[in-house]
Amino acid sequence: MRYLTEFHDPELAQRLLDTIAATATRRWTLMEVCGGQTHAIIRHGLDQLLSEQIEFIHGPGCPVCVTPLEMIDQALAIAARPEVILCSFGDMLRVPGSASDLFSVRAAGGDVRVVYSPLDAVGIAEANPDREVVFFAVGFETTAPAAAMAAVTARRRRLANFSMLVSHVLVPPAMEAVLGAPDNRVQAFLAAGHVCTVMGTAQYEPLVAAYHVPIVVTGFEPLDLLDGVRQAVEQLEAGRAELVNAYPRAVRAEGNPAALAMLGEIFTVCDRAWRGIGTIAASGWRLAPAWADLDAQTRFGVADLTVAESPLCHSGAVLQGRIRPPDCPAFGTRCTPRHPLGATMVSAEGACAAYYQYRRLAPAGWTP
Amino acid sequence: MTSVDMSGWSCPAPLRDYPRIVLGHGGGGVLSAELVEHLFLPAFAPRSNAGAALADAAVLEVAGARLAFTTDSYVVRPLFFPGGSIGELAVHGTVNDLACRGAWPVALSSGFILEEGLELAVLDRVARAMGAAAAACGVRLVTGDTKVVEHGRADGLYVNTSGIGVVPPGVDVRPERARPGDRILLSGPIGEHGVAVLSVREGLEFGGDLRSDTAPLHGLVAAMLAASADGVHALRDPTRGGVATALCELAAGAGIGVEFTESAVAVPPAVDAACGFLGLDPLQVANEGRLVAFVADADTDAVLAAMRAHPAGADTAVIGTVTADHPGLVVARTAFGATRIVDRPLGDNLPRIC
Repeated sequence: MRYLTEFHDPELAQRLLDTIAATATRRWTLMEVCGGQTHAIIRHGLDQLLSEQIEFIHGPGCPVCVTPLEMIDQALAIAARPEVILCSFGDMLRVPGSASDLFSVRAAGGDVRVVYSPLDAVGIAEANPDREVVFFAVGFETTAPAAAMAAVTARRRRLANFSMLVSHVLVPPAMEAVLGAPDNRVQAFLAAGHVCTVMGTAQYEPLVAAYHVPIVVTGFEPLDLLDGVRQAVEQLEAGRAELVNAYPRAVRAEGNPAALAMLGEIFTVCDRAWRGIGTIAASGWRLAPAWADLDAQTRFGVADLTVAESPLCHSGAVLQGRIRPPDCPAFGTRCTPRHPLGATMVSAEGACAAYYQYRRLAPAGWTP
Repeated sequence: MTSVDMSGWSCPAPLRDYPRIVLGHGGGGVLSAELVEHLFLPAFAPRSNAGAALADAAVLEVAGARLAFTTDSYVVRPLFFPGGSIGELAVHGTVNDLACRGAWPVALSSGFILEEGLELAVLDRVARAMGAAAAACGVRLVTGDTKVVEHGRADGLYVNTSGIGVVPPGVDVRPERARPGDRILLSGPIGEHGVAVLSVREGLEFGGDLRSDTAPLHGLVAAMLAASADGVHALRDPTRGGVATALCELAAGAGIGVEFTESAVAVPPAVDAACGFLGLDPLQVANEGRLVAFVADADTDAVLAAMRAHPAGADTAVIGTVTADHPGLVVARTAFGATRIVDRPLGDNLPRIC
């Protein structure tokens, strides 16, 4: 497939590694924002290969990880109802709520289905008019357009039995929260390329200006990431702070106008709790008032459900880049993918899961 | 924050987390293995050596002959997919489990669980596929059973096949024989079966002309053993959980370390694209016509040549070696020269959100 193999070329990668090594006069601290980028960095060992030049701080961009505990518990409560078919993206099923997960609800008789697209949930609603079908709409700006499309489609088809449990989150406010923290160490960002495919790049100009921080919009294949690092290092070494698009094959400055128009109609910006981080002002989307009839929180009366996080789990510090996953006392012992204490251990995109899967032991002959 | 002493801590007691069976218990990964080790083995044979390597088939001494015996159930959905059906799988899967002990398959049983309302034409198609596959393998379907359950209590049909085979004299293929210095051979490109099934199961339009790799492997194994009966130490067909699981099970079962070069593992472009799209790791995707072989270093050239000369192994590659370092652990060297640990999936692979 084009656009995959080209961006895995070892010779080109070595050239970029050499360029970065020749450019960097010191070790710089970068945050890759998106969980997909974190996984690619660890899976391909880019952090090992750049260990002298770059410290990667893994950003809060894993949608599973940051979905707040009360949202998971609300999903569990809704999914346990006999009339409900709860549709979710696959990796939400193993995320622990305060006492259970969606796999367990399903094993106990709940009808929980994995969908690849929110539109599949609309199809399920159409095929099951006697059931209530709820789509668990989580994720960043990347997944939100498809959720918006599901809402529009359900209304167009007059499906009274379709609703959405919405917990969408927005990247720029989280980046600003990282930058504004008193102990922030992030010197440059690799911004999440696919978020920018939808939203465009203009949102980052104020951050670049206010915090004098280079922001490089970056893709997800190894060469994308290395080129993003190269551009960030070149700026840092020159003392510049600019917004650069290093992922032009997918990202246009204006984003996706059709998606943006639909998002503006369906959703409205709200404060949002981030699991492990806390509430960030204006960092989420909820259904706009005109679409409130699709809101599963009110339809099933779960909005008031609130709960507490495991005190052992340090996923908040991980998500904010204050500690690395192995620094958490529960990492790999009390907390594993088999028994995750926090969502960062659950999703394939979660930073703790990435470390557990690829790095939990240093084999003999290990070259960091 | 609560203060906790982590020094003496070990993993939580298996099965404690899920009081009921979840789908992941059937995924061939960690949950499946724990079910076998901590529930079935203690119940079936309390004094047996729990944790001992479990091979694809048991080898029994019967009246001076060595018979391999295995069983497998097939619940694939949909029943028909590009490149095959549940019928071929039910024959090839069991034949291959026998072959991975070096056995020549002799006979299979077939047990059907049918859902009320299943169309006879569908059952006929599956049965014919089984018959044709068995004939092509030179193995007979000699006994069987049929049960019908009420509508809604099964998903169309399930098949169980058990198989017996004869282990030729001088052949001893089992996980424990893998040893440091062995070379690791993979008989072809990976991921085709899992992605072919997924592409039709989820109604996703990808995969192009991708077809399941389902195929019998006993002919290939016989050719390998003819090249070096003693040098073929261990074999595994990387079905559920893929090559990652096969290597991890071998590493854990034999107490050896495995190192392999990621770029030596052939991933067809369509598999690579589908996995990238769905957030799956090709190393964890199922194959039904591939095997992983652990071969003595001195015999590698001969076995490799024999495999490449056989149609089922034409694309065989040496992907790695067995090491005494990091026993129980599988380490991949990435295309860029870094290393990473390769693990089994916990249960079923979960597609990523984005």
